[in-house]
Formats: sequence, C-alpha cells, structure tokens
Amino acid sequence: MDDIRILEPEGLDALIAALHERGYRVVGPTVRGDAIVTGDIYAASDLPQGVGDTQQAGAYRLRRRDDDAYFGFADPAQSTKPVFFPAEEVVWRGRRDEGHFTVERDAPKDQAVALLGVRSCDLRAVQIHDAVLADRPFHDAHYVARRDGTFTVAVACGEPATTCFCASMGTGPRPAATNEQTGEPAYDLLLTEVMAPEHRFVLEVGTERGREVADAFDTTRAGQEAQQEAIAVSDAAAARQTRGINTDTIHDVLRASAESPRWDDVASRCLACTNCTLVCPTCFCTTIQDTSDLAGDNAERHRVWDSCFSESFSYIHGGPLRGDVKARYRQWITHKLSSWQDQFGMLGCVGCGRCIAWCPVGIDITEEAAALGRMATAAGAAS
Amino acid sequence: MTATATRSSVPADPMVPRRYVITHVRQDTRDTFTLLLDPADGQPAIQFRAGQFTMLHAFGVGEVPISISGDPSDPAPLEHTIRNVGAVTRALVEASPGTEVGVRGPFGTSWDVDDATGHDVVFVTGGIGLAPLRPAILDVLAHRDDYGKVLLLYGSRTPDDILYGHEMHRWADLNDVNVQMTVDNAPYGYKGKVGFVTELVTKAGFDPRNAFAFVCGPEVMMRAAATALNGRGVPKSKIRLSMERSMKCGVGLCGHCQLRELFVCVDGPVLDFARLEPLMNVREL
Ligand SMILES: Cc1cc2nc3c(=O)[nH]c(=O)nc-3n(C[C@H](O)[C@H](O)[C@H](O)COP(=O)(O)OP(=O)(O)OC[C@H]3O[C@@H](n4cnc5c(N)ncnc54)[C@H](O)[C@@H]3O)c2cc1C
Ligand code: SF4
Ligand code: SF4
Ligand code: FES
Repeated sequence: MDDIRILEPEGLDALIAALHERGYRVVGPTVRGDAIVTGDIYAASDLPQGVGDTQQAGAYRLRRRDDDAYFGFADPAQSTKPVFFPAEEVVWRGRRDEGHFTVERDAPKDQAVALLGVRSCDLRAVQIHDAVLADRPFHDAHYVARRDGTFTVAVACGEPATTCFCASMGTGPRPAATNEQTGEPAYDLLLTEVMAPEHRFVLEVGTERGREVADAFDTTRAGQEAQQEAIAVSDAAAARQTRGINTDTIHDVLRASAESPRWDDVASRCLACTNCTLVCPTCFCTTIQDTSDLAGDNAERHRVWDSCFSESFSYIHGGPLRGDVKARYRQWITHKLSSWQDQFGMLGCVGCGRCIAWCPVGIDITEEAAALGRMATAAGAAS
Repeated sequence: MTATATRSSVPADPMVPRRYVITHVRQDTRDTFTLLLDPADGQPAIQFRAGQFTMLHAFGVGEVPISISGDPSDPAPLEHTIRNVGAVTRALVEASPGTEVGVRGPFGTSWDVDDATGHDVVFVTGGIGLAPLRPAILDVLAHRDDYGKVLLLYGSRTPDDILYGHEMHRWADLNDVNVQMTVDNAPYGYKGKVGFVTELVTKAGFDPRNAFAFVCGPEVMMRAAATALNGRGVPKSKIRLSMERSMKCGVGLCGHCQLRELFVCVDGPVLDFARLEPLMNVREL
C-alpha cells in the first residue's frame, strides 16, 4: 500500500484521540517506576518522551535522553504479552449445589485493543502467539477474544540496545509489512521517528482501516523519499547490533546437542529463577491453580504463567522428569531455537534480548547458541 | 470500511468441561477403581478411539489426564480405571455414585489397532498400564479373526495388584488369547511366574517378522520391552507406546507435556518406537 505521510510530533495526541474515538483501549510504552512497561495510553504525555534505556547482560536502566524522542528506547521491559495473555486469569468459576455443579466463564472485556508503538520484535512475538494460541486445532479462547479486532500502530526501531539481535533473527528493526505465516498485513500503521534535521514521524499506511484512521488527523502527504528516510533509520539500527544467532544452522545444532557438555557449564551458572521465561514475549507455558472456599462449594480454576525452569513443571506422580537444571536449560533453549520450528514452522525467539538483560547472572542466549554451535562442529569434525 | 473496535463472537472454550455423573464405582485392586460415568447435561456420551484420554476434574480439587478404559464400540457409560496416587486421583476414586465430575476430551492419538490386521498381536503391559490398553484389546477381540496370535504379557508388583484378573482369564478361555502373567514380588507359596515382564517378551511364542506390539506401562518398562521386542525382530514402526507426561490442558496449549518437538497430549500419547527411541534414550529430555 503506497500511502506515506509525515506526522508532526504534536499530532500524536490526535492519533491517540482518533483511536479512542473508535472505541479502542490504547496500549503502549509508558514509564512505571524504573522501567518502561506496556500500559494504557490516554495522551502522548503518557509515552516515555525523552527517556532512553541502557541494557546489557544482567542489567537494565533508564536514562534521560538529550532530545524529546517519544520512542527513543529499545524495547519495554515487559512486552505486549500480558495485554492478550495476562499472567493470571480465571479459566472458569464453578458452583456446587447438592451434588450438581455449574460452570461459568468471565465474559471477555468488550473493548478491542489498539497497540501503539509496538516494536518490530514484539509485533513478531504477537504473530507467534497467534500461531501458538489461536491458529491451532484447539485455541486459548480468552486469548482469541482479547486479540479480536486489534488495531496495530507499529514503530520501526531506531535505538537498539546492546542486547538486541532482531536483525539476525529477521524480525526487525523494521517490521515486515505482512505476516509471513498468514499473509495478512502486519500492521495498520507504521511510524518511524526521525530526529534530524527536525523531529517528525514518517507514517506508512498498511491497511484500509489504517487509512481511515490516518485520515482522521492532520498529516502531510509524502513520497518514496520519506520511506527511504524511514528505512535508513532502521538500517542504521540494524548495523549497530553486535549480537546474533545463525538461524540457518541453529535448528540442527540444537538437535545434535542433546548430550553436549555445554549443559553442565551453563547449569553451573543458571539459577533457574524463571526470569527469562517471564520476560520473554513468546513463552506461552501455563499451569492451572485450583482454589475453593472452605465448604468447597465455590471453586475457581486459574490459568497462570509457568516456566520450564521450575522443578514442578515436569512433575508427574513420582517426581519431576527434569530434575537437573541442565535439563531445564536445555529444554528452554532447544524449544526456542529448534523444536519451535518443528512445532510451528518458525523459531520461538524474536531477538528482543530481554532474557539477556533480565538474567541475574547475565547468561546470554546468543553466546550459548554460538558455544553449542562451536562444540557441535568440533564434535562433528572429531567423529 | 470504517475502523471501529468491533469484535466477532466468542469461540467455544476447550478448557470448559462437560458435566458427567458417577453412576458406579468398582474397586479393582487395593488402590485402583473403575468409575462409570454418564453425561449429566442430557447430551449423548462422547465417542472415542482406543488409547485416547480425557481430562477428569474433581470439583474444587483439580484435573488429571486419565485414559478411557471402556469399549470403544459401546462408549456409554464412559469408563475410567484410576489408581489412587495423589490428591486428584484420590478425590475421584473416593467420590460416591451421584457425584458430578468434569470431563474434557477425548484427546490424543489412538492405538489404531486396525494397522495390525493380519499380524500376530502382542500386548505388553504392567500394573495400571492395562487400563489404557483395554479398549485396544476389546477392539482386537471384537474382530478376532482378522488377527493371528494374540498375546497379553502382563506384569504386576504383587499378585494382589493384578488388574482385571477375571477378565484376563475370560479372554484366555473364550477369545484364544495367550495370557502370561508375572509378578515382581511374590508371597511365600505363590505358584505363578516371578520376574519382570520383559522376560516374558523374550520367550513368548509369536512371529516377530509379522507382529505388531502395543506397550503401556512405566517408561523404563516400556523402553526395556520395546528394545526386547525390536531385538527379536519386531520393526520399531510396529511397536507402539503410550507416553505419560505432566498435562495441564490436554490440548497443546500449556506446554507441560513437551518432549522435544512433541506435544504428547496431541501428538501422542500413543507414538511408535521409531519416533520415541531417540527421545527416550536422552536422560531427562
Ligand atoms: C495420557 C495419560 C493417561 C493416563 N491414564 C491413566 C489411567 O488410565 N489411570 C490412572 O490411574 N492414571 C493415568 N494417568 C496418570 C494420572 O494422570 C496421574 O496419576 C495423576 O495425574 C496423578 O494426579 P494426583 O493429583 O492424583 O497425584 P499427584 O501426584 O498429587 O499430582 C497431581 C498434579 O499436581 C502436581 N503436583 C503434585 N505434587 C507436586 C509436587 N510435589 N511438585 C510439583 N507439582 C506437583 C502435578 O502437576 C501433578 O500432575 C495418565 C496420565 C497420562 C498423561
Ligand atoms: S528468548 Fe530471549 S531474546 Fe528471544 S524472544 Fe525470548 S526474551 Fe527475547
Ligand atoms: S521455553 Fe520453556 S516456558 Fe518458554 S515456551 Fe518453551 S517450554 Fe514454555
Ligand atoms: S498437556 Fe498442555 S500442552 Fe500438552
């Protein structure tokens, strides 16, 4: 769709208002405490204007920028994952009365979401969740209901952190216009924030309904040069990324690495704290918690995020099947970078780098992947 | 087209159970009970294929995967044989007739015994593992002439733990099934065979080149039995196993049952040894 426009920074409020007028709950990056998180956006002033982030292995910090950029950070500490897939929700509530019981589901909130300023990595993560939780023989009905009718205003990334490696994963910094799996448009509107020579947004329209929204606020028409300028912002961001994973070989490397000595090495550092799976925008594992009142007549089933790093994750009568931390780390990285491909036709990592920044001991998925690759090659050469 | 936040209707939720009422509880052994269930919502009982399981919910306590142990050609009442090992299984076996339970499913793959037509059929199982195999055995016996020899090799911990003992005798007497039993531990004076079920596999009389095997039991036992069967010449693709993993959803969403690329709840529980062997050989995969 060849509809490119320029949006002045002052126009962001009108964009947000246009979304509210159409009934959306607008959700985007906002500062809460010492981090940028995903939260409700009522006006442009809710965005992290002038705030940047510094992320490295085991560390995440906010900093003040010397400009007024709205999206001048890498990625929020928490992705959009909880918007459609909250950390806890009621699967159903039951009431028992004289031996009979009834089951009730909470009605989904009757408001569709507009994602404002979602990064390319996180946008791809939403597409991955669609493949995992919605486009399956059995779906997560709560997720499907929450996802229904989502309007997407994506942001092409101009400020990667040192932990980012989306370029190597093919998931950013500029989002692909279509979802590779479904062929559907990936966003309704795409913003690229340009800081020089003057602060403005290149706005690219991705869908008809995106055009309808874009027509509701002031923009000026622009041509291919504006798009080239936007692409240059993302290209520069990609060029600054130093981490990466070789996606051509990683699937087979992990297949061949089930008995690698590297697992002992990484297990000696890993605390099995589950941080990496909690911040990961694609991890989808959950467990069920049953609660009931004292008389046992009212019961609730809660679906809560779980992690393959917890010992109870693999528990069957008799004990956990993955008792050793090395087996759990192997499950995590093998799932992300190998078996996910077999299950869903795509890798389960978008290169957002959160697991690197939020690991208390700084374990780096790209470093582990590279080490496993080297050891697999060495073992292959030796045999 | 106007962009408005309109939404389509809410789809059916695979996590919501149907209500069934317990009509009968039969004690099979010291710790194992068979529950018969009828739908409490007035709808017909579910149809299932031999080997499939349901997620059974004890109100307010929890939900567990249990294989259907009844006859697939006669699915009502719905039959489950449950060993009491923990909170949920205890609540289920201790429930009295008239109690309602939640049922989701049937889920998972089948033994697909038809594939064994024209073959000798070897069932290898131990303990409660006979319950998930029972629908497959009943299916084979309903078409007894389509198969060659039929063997049931059964191991249990003690003579008191033997499941469906009377039925096994009936199969032997009326359906030309070669039933062989062994116990791990025997009391003084016990006349039957003592030893592991894998020892039966190595000696049983069947044609390995033209045999199909269905194996269900603890994972170590299944691996040993499958290896022994394969050692006698039964191809790995003709040895089927039913895998047990932690299961919280049964429908491929919770991630708990993953075995490398497999979601055991939807890709299994029944899988062939060609597929499983490399996965079973890695410790704690
Ligand atoms: C496909 C399939 C078919 C099966 N078919 C049958 C069958 O036909 N008959 C039969 O008897 N059994 C069958 N089982 C096994 C049966 O599901 C288990 O015995 C049952 O789940 C045990 O639940 P429980 O609450 O009674 O026991 P518990 O041992 O108390 O476990 C209940 C659940 O709670 C959690 N849990 C309990 N304790 C802990 C802990 N210390 N740490 C972490 N988590 C814990 C676990 O997630 C566990 O799944 C089958 C299993 C599968 C996967
Ligand atoms: S595995 Fe790490 S880098 Fe990859 S998507 Fe998850 S959090 Fe981001
Ligand atoms: S990495 Fe672990 S927690 Fe994340 S989706 Fe895979 S199995 Fe689940
Ligand atoms: S039991 Fe939930 S994914 Fe298999």
